[in-house]
Amino acid sequence: MNKIWIIIKREFLTRVRKKSFIVTTLLLPIFFAAMIILPGVFISSDNDEKVAVIDESGYFAGKLPDEKGIHYTFVDAKVDTFKKSYRNQGYTGLLHIPKLDLNRLPAFVYYSKGQMPFSLRGSMEKRLESVVEDKRMEAAGIDKSKLEDIRADINIENLAGEAEKKGSSTVAYIVGWVAGFLIYIVLLVFGMMVMRGVMEEKTNRIAEVMVSSVKPFQLMMGKIVGIAGVGLLQFIIWTGIMILLNTLLLPLLGGDTEVAAGTQMSGSAKFTEQIALAMASIDWFTLLPLFLFYFLGGYLFYAALFAAVGSLVNEDPNDAQSLTFPITLPIIVAIIIMIQAVVNPTSPLAVWGSIIPFTSPVVMMARIPYGVPGTVPYWQLGLSMVSLIAGFLGTTWVAAKIYRTGILMYGKKVTLGEVGKWIFKKS
Amino acid sequence: MNVLELQHLKKYYATHKAVDDISFSIPKGSIFGLLGPNGAGKTTLLRMITGIFYPDAGEILFDGRPFDPRNDIQYIGYMPEERGLYKKMKVGEQAMYLAQLKGLSTQEARQKIDYWFNRFDITSWSNKKIEELSKGMQQKVQFISTIMHQPKLLILDEPFSGLDPINSQLIQDEIFQLAKSGTTIIFSTHRMEQVEEICDHIVLVNKGKKVLDGPVKQIRQDFKHHLYRIGLDEMPNPAQMATYHFTIVKNHEKGFTVKINEHSSTNDILAHFINQGIQINYFEEILPTIHEVFIQQVKTTDMEAVAN
Repeated sequence: MNKIWIIIKREFLTRVRKKSFIVTTLLLPIFFAAMIILPGVFISSDNDEKVAVIDESGYFAGKLPDEKGIHYTFVDAKVDTFKKSYRNQGYTGLLHIPKLDLNRLPAFVYYSKGQMPFSLRGSMEKRLESVVEDKRMEAAGIDKSKLEDIRADINIENLAGEAEKKGSSTVAYIVGWVAGFLIYIVLLVFGMMVMRGVMEEKTNRIAEVMVSSVKPFQLMMGKIVGIAGVGLLQFIIWTGIMILLNTLLLPLLGGDTEVAAGTQMSGSAKFTEQIALAMASIDWFTLLPLFLFYFLGGYLFYAALFAAVGSLVNEDPNDAQSLTFPITLPIIVAIIIMIQAVVNPTSPLAVWGSIIPFTSPVVMMARIPYGVPGTVPYWQLGLSMVSLIAGFLGTTWVAAKIYRTGILMYGKKVTLGEVGKWIFKKS
Repeated sequence: MNVLELQHLKKYYATHKAVDDISFSIPKGSIFGLLGPNGAGKTTLLRMITGIFYPDAGEILFDGRPFDPRNDIQYIGYMPEERGLYKKMKVGEQAMYLAQLKGLSTQEARQKIDYWFNRFDITSWSNKKIEELSKGMQQKVQFISTIMHQPKLLILDEPFSGLDPINSQLIQDEIFQLAKSGTTIIFSTHRMEQVEEICDHIVLVNKGKKVLDGPVKQIRQDFKHHLYRIGLDEMPNPAQMATYHFTIVKNHEKGFTVKINEHSSTNDILAHFINQGIQINYFEEILPTIHEVFIQQVKTTDMEAVAN
């Protein structure tokens, strides 16, 4: 027991003290924050489309208001001459609307330097269509305000469970996606870390020195638990950073945009409020402990298998690739099921995917944000948790048998049949 | 008293018998050579003695009691032939780690590390990473971490490979010192001249079976061919050499290698030359080297195996 603790300590400390750990732990949140913030920065920068419009039909004057990133300016000029000079006058494009018959629309022409951006085409067509539709309605004698009255706009408010909890499936979708994806990353990244650690011990021939002091099982479990500690620490730090950003930066950010964008004041305040509401709609006290459980359970389930594979690899790195494939495959299947489950959390595929331990850590995390016991009944959750625990005890047992023989085996390429024999060999 | 006794030890693999009914015992404080060609079963044997493998049959007695790997492992130091250290770890930390795994407390380990690092003059490397050291230096660190916990039984598999003569001598001296202070040492190697130099007692295994077992001196006596070398001042003429006491095996520049005939004694040989009035410079018995015994025995057992 004491020895396994010494091993855990070493595995944990050598990894945590590495520069690469500190760098990735601090840089990853910055990277994610940048991913969220940067697109906004780029959109609000001044590469807006300035569109000159030559309207020969006379239907559109004053009906093309500025949109986000698109400014329309009507000019009174001849197309033939203006299309040569519009760029010198600071326009990015020229829209030519010819004289037209409302019932038989001709092609509208857009002159630009390069290809027309997809989004610009979309919003421009929509804008033009609605003007034409209004004109046609007028022509047909339909009162536009009446039509507006007839149009219906329905919003479903979803009250889930007996407590009639207000929920948002959009929020559940996003949280489910993020949680499931995180578990997927954890399984792969930390599983690989375990495998590389075992390979290092085997190829550097440390294993043989070690097993004359400790049992192979202690060596394997020490590594698995030590690396689990690394993962947990990383998550604690990230959660800390997130909470910090939430409490410090979000109000700051809100305040900033309010001042800068005067008119959008109410908009951004509303946005912050919406986020707060969305966060409140998730039952964090269920989600977080379960996330921790599936994080650890899934990790233990796969880490043992990765350790076993590491023990089978010889110097040849190609070995590692072909041997890891059978283990990475179910993880990839899990993420595919997860993508389905997050849209349709009660389909049989999602339910069974969240119970079978090979896929349950990833798939279950996609379902839980939809609500326990509403979407995920207690029996499913219980069955899933029990089978995950049984699952990792099973994989650890199998892996220990393979590992014990594998780490001391050199030079020979092992076949699956042999590995099978090791598993069923009595100790 | 015997520190280690192996009784009818067997370990079979699917395709071959790695260790097939081997028994021997090792007295306390002796330096014991375990010899054998590649694939003879030495490593498997050592792995059973270190508790890494369980024997399929037979028994191991450690210090007179049945071997209990869980507890007895801390009294054993094992330096495998294929050895390694964590490349990215610092020398001092590595030694501390291995010492703790052998059951030493941090304090004890600290003391031992200071003592041995001083003795091997490597204190200044303590904060270097293993990967920065030369192979020979790594070997020293490895040796220290094998003996730090004062094992009763020290198992060294090819301990001198990769060492320069000076460091080889250093470790050899250390081995003698440890044996003198009561540590029993099992020494496994292919280098036969080292065996003669270091070991008191050897066991030779081939194809999973014990071929030979006994004190080094005894074995050389047992396998001798009754050859003697005699050095002379001047070579006698062939007519002077007619005798029934010995036959000449080989002529040297000034002397002969002779094989003594049955019922004759060494004095008869000497008397023969003295009577001829030839000056004798030296006279010595030629004993087979362990190397010769080894090769001969391995060949014989291989041939028997083929015959069977």
